Amino acid sequence: MPLIKNGAFVEDRFVFIPEGQAFPDDGGVMVSLARFQSERDSIIAHHRPVCVRLAANENPDVLKDDLPNIDAIALEFPIFRDGRAFSWARMLRERFAYQGEIRAVGHFLYDQLAFLMRVGFDAFEVRQDFRIAEFSRAMAEMTYVYQPSVDRRKTVMQIRRGE
Amino acid sequence: MYRYDEFDAKMVRERAQQFRYQVERRIKGELTEDEFKPLRLKNGLYLQLHSYMLRVAVPYGTLSARQMRQLARIARDYSRGYGHFTTRTNMQYHWPKLSEVPDILELLADVEMHCIQTSGNCVRNVTADHFAGAVAGELEDPRPICEIIRQWSSFHPEFNYLPRKFKIAVSATKEDRAAVKYHDIGMEVITNEAGETGYRVFVGGGMGRTPYVALEIGKFVGKEDILAYLEAILRVYNEYGRRDNIHKARVKILAHQLGADEFRRQVEVEFAEIKRHGTLHLPPEELKRIEAYFAPPAFEDLPETAPEFEAAVKADAGFAAWTRSNLTPHKAKGYAIATISLKTIGQTPGDASAEQMDGLAQIMEDFGFAEIRVSHEQNLVFPHVRKKDLPAVYARLQALDLGAANAGLITDIICCPGLDYCDLANARSIPVAMKLQERFADLERQHELGEIKIKMSGCINACGHHHAGHIGILGVDKKGVEFYQIQLGGSGAEDASVGEIMGPGFGKDEIVDAVERVVETYVALRAPGERLLETYRRVGMTPFKNAAYQEQMYAAY
Repeated sequence: MPLIKNGAFVEDRFVFIPEGQAFPDDGGVMVSLARFQSERDSIIAHHRPVCVRLAANENPDVLKDDLPNIDAIALEFPIFRDGRAFSWARMLRERFAYQGEIRAVGHFLYDQLAFLMRVGFDAFEVRQDFRIAEFSRAMAEMTYVYQPSVDRRKTVMQIRRGE
Repeated sequence: MYRYDEFDAKMVRERAQQFRYQVERRIKGELTEDEFKPLRLKNGLYLQLHSYMLRVAVPYGTLSARQMRQLARIARDYSRGYGHFTTRTNMQYHWPKLSEVPDILELLADVEMHCIQTSGNCVRNVTADHFAGAVAGELEDPRPICEIIRQWSSFHPEFNYLPRKFKIAVSATKEDRAAVKYHDIGMEVITNEAGETGYRVFVGGGMGRTPYVALEIGKFVGKEDILAYLEAILRVYNEYGRRDNIHKARVKILAHQLGADEFRRQVEVEFAEIKRHGTLHLPPEELKRIEAYFAPPAFEDLPETAPEFEAAVKADAGFAAWTRSNLTPHKAKGYAIATISLKTIGQTPGDASAEQMDGLAQIMEDFGFAEIRVSHEQNLVFPHVRKKDLPAVYARLQALDLGAANAGLITDIICCPGLDYCDLANARSIPVAMKLQERFADLERQHELGEIKIKMSGCINACGHHHAGHIGILGVDKKGVEFYQIQLGGSGAEDASVGEIMGPGFGKDEIVDAVERVVETYVALRAPGERLLETYRRVGMTPFKNAAYQEQMYAAY
């Protein structure tokens, strides 16, 4: 899957390792929450880049003590209508001050990109035919925002108040 | 009333462009119907039985004459000459073409209107007491906070893909005309012991197949914290509301399953986190700035009544009847609040033609009314009318066929579009409402019966609020035949309650007789001054049920 980060296509540094499959000797790995929890110590001891992939019903709260050891968190959209990850991402950024990558994976739409960006996602696994110009277009559709969020964009209220 | 500044104006313009692009992609096949559906719904566009239906937001039910004229124009040019006012105080058009909807959005943007989040699983149009700013005994006008909530909830990045739709209403008087306890969040403006004004916050009310009266979650939330508190509720809901079953996905299910104490505890945890973060604080100056837009007109110092008014009451029985049912006391001397009934006998409840909308705008311009309100009872309201102008205003309303003297009476029926328009419906509702109106058309009888709220829905989704009707009617389908169940004892007011189902449904040719027998039972049993609702609460279901089924040979089930 092509990966967009900071508005451009980038090399994906993680390889998803399905349940039961052994880790490669080196390189970054993406694992499920269950696998991360069961092999936590050895994964961390190995010092390799790690991305934990959470299903939509997995509250990232369970990772809060391990966040310094986790390079990226992938939040899954089983279907684009399932909006839980919007809250999970925001919670990771605001409550736990998580600085690593937050990646959107699964079924999400062009029309959600701007919202995803606002709540703290910074990486997006997109379809093969996705054009990068579309990404910039999505970001530019709405000039102003009404509510504060992770992106710290000035809200309309702040602009009105001259802040 | 509120006026857009450059920021609000740009938002609705860009929203029209954004939707235009979505429509283009749908027409080109780049979006599947499954993907397009939630996107069009977030813009209030439904695909119904015969056509698309477009729902236009009327925030907290307030419109200017200019906006009313534009709604008339859209009705004329895009929707066969009429529109429908809904129980969410919105306007619905039933016949727009998909390719034309972006143009309609541009026309709405021209008059500071939009369709943003009028459907979809997000925070919907915020509603308020339709007598706001005019009625006596109000702590403050609830609409400024509604406008602040409108802005905060519009394009909210975290809460646009909730488990299900989310509706907020605000009331600021002891009498609740906004049905706050039937909303996902209901807010009541209150004063605490220290004399500060804030909000009592209810969560988890709702109708549909599992009706609930809301739980009190926030006993007193200060004004500066209210957005943070709302955000906390929405977050708990977004994280833990059910997504596996659409019928159990509303916040009412989560709140009532957890119970008030546990739900409150979870909200308090989020609330503390959001407050610690500090960005969602509502500065008092900002609230003041918005409040200034809603400052009432400068009321003249008038005597309590006017000779023109008194003379017309004596001379014109029709006017006299109208003043009895359609006027509400105003907080300013010499003024009245006038309800314009959209329940003229023989008309579809809530419908207005382009000519009527233009005519109303003309009345507003001629009499200097800055605004008109849409009520959740599908009527319109002139909030500030000088009593001396009432005879002339009434004459103009009559000329538009909008002079029905039945506000709050038995023929002021709330009714969803039903099977005539809606593909969710199981039964027709409009024809039954019209037959009931005909049966009780005698004005003297209506006034003699007093306040009786009939509310009817064509399916269990309850758009016609049947659970909250003094007499609720629910259309059901049994093997392709329409039947109508009666419920009694519901209320959407400050004494909110869910109506009790009487029993098996009545056929479409029996329901009107059955309702009449219920009403006659009330007349026989009522104590002096008692409304039907109170008589029912005192004597219970049995006498009504016995009467309703007396001649009932073919009860369905």
